[in-house]
Amino acid sequence: MADKAEILSGLAEIVEEVAGVAQDDVTSEKSFVDDLDIDSLSMVEIAVQAEDKFGVKIPDDELANLKTVGDAVDYVAANSK
Amino acid sequence: MSNIDVVITGLGATTPLGGDVASTWDGLLAGRSGVRAIEADWVEKFDLPVKIGASLAEEPTERIPRVQARRLDRCEQVALIAARQAWADAGFAEQTEDHTDVEPERLGVSIGSGIGGPVTLLTQDDQLEEHGIRKVSPLTVPMLMPNGPAAHVGIDLLARAGVHSPASACASGAEGIATGFQMIQSGRADVVVAGGAEACIAPITIAGFAQSRTVSTRNDDPEHASRPFDTERDGFVLGEGSGAVVLERADRAQARGARIYARLSGWGITSDAYHITGNHPEGIGQIAAMTHAIQMAGLTSADVGHVNAHATSTVVGDVGEAAAIRKAIGDHPVVTAPKSALGHLVGGAGAVEAITTILSIHHGIVPATLNLENLDPKVELDVVAGEPRKAQLTAAISNSFGFGGHNTALLFTAA
Repeated sequence: MADKAEILSGLAEIVEEVAGVAQDDVTSEKSFVDDLDIDSLSMVEIAVQAEDKFGVKIPDDELANLKTVGDAVDYVAANSK
Repeated sequence: MSNIDVVITGLGATTPLGGDVASTWDGLLAGRSGVRAIEADWVEKFDLPVKIGASLAEEPTERIPRVQARRLDRCEQVALIAARQAWADAGFAEQTEDHTDVEPERLGVSIGSGIGGPVTLLTQDDQLEEHGIRKVSPLTVPMLMPNGPAAHVGIDLLARAGVHSPASACASGAEGIATGFQMIQSGRADVVVAGGAEACIAPITIAGFAQSRTVSTRNDDPEHASRPFDTERDGFVLGEGSGAVVLERADRAQARGARIYARLSGWGITSDAYHITGNHPEGIGQIAAMTHAIQMAGLTSADVGHVNAHATSTVVGDVGEAAAIRKAIGDHPVVTAPKSALGHLVGGAGAVEAITTILSIHHGIVPATLNLENLDPKVELDVVAGEPRKAQLTAAISNSFGFGGHNTALLFTAA
């Protein structure tokens, strides 16, 4: 299982690539939609890249529950192989 | 039709001659060509008979930030660039929910495209074939849809009076402007950003046009390949780019003290109902389009001093248009064919050429037709060759015709 700090850092790289949010602004308490202004289309791209990077599956019904960056980090930490 | 006067208060473009209107216009007056060899490995890979095109002088990503650019097809990028330039040129500031120079409910967009984003469609199909659905972008549909360029401009400028995207092949840009004119005249909007966009230089489009035998194969001499009205012409050159104009109610423009380039006084849109790619042999649709535009403007053919011809450099098309101009207007107008320098921007062509027509009126000068060395004797018109010609113009027509038998004539008059 990957370290949560590493997951956060890896996720921040993806968010910057897809949505142009500076990596330093991608912190655990931030909401993807309300704070980082990421739309549903970009969320799909972020999820696919996260699946590849961390070796997890993020089904659509799980993706809908990942409101904050911290939610996503926790999900990846719990589900990565 | 109402009697609301409509004027042009802003111009924007990105073309094979330059990344803005000023560089494009300077290039036309200087007699520069935007046609060059296509620098892509697929030309050799598919052994295409056509190895030349008129690609953009400036990559769109130089003006659009990376993250926004990756969400836009190239045709959407060029439309956004042209529209933003036209908007700023009209003296308007960026539109936000907190500050608007034009009330969103009174602002419309009408930007046509010939085919939208086929390159996105093809690259995403490759992703599907090679990697499965997971790798297909969720932006595939908004990037390939032909209303994408107009829709993105509408979002960017906060336009809520309606967004239109006419698709009439090579007449799309001109039809975009005519549609914008109708939006203002019918009372739906006070300001409309109108034009056209295209960016589809790709293996399949080059191959398709090559198979229809309508494009030039003068591969060893790109700059001389597009030669409308010349005896040695052998087809058009596919280009890419966008043009946009700000159309505005004349009373509104005057009240805010805007610079007025010209007046849009009439348009004609007709359809041949004859052949999917060929012109009607008698030119009935082209003649009617020009005649309607003149009648709508309340003018006579004698008033039309300049025609910015559609003239793509095809053997049959150029002669047909020349005869139609003679029948509709006469042999007195000063004629030029800007596709000689720009190539054929398809859905962007009518808009960029409307801009050059407007600038000819505004500056009193008509750019020369490049590569016109021997005028085809069947073209019995006064075509400008060699050097630009000074001309005091009160009225000028820009013609745009498209596959499908679409004919659009826009008539501009001095402000």
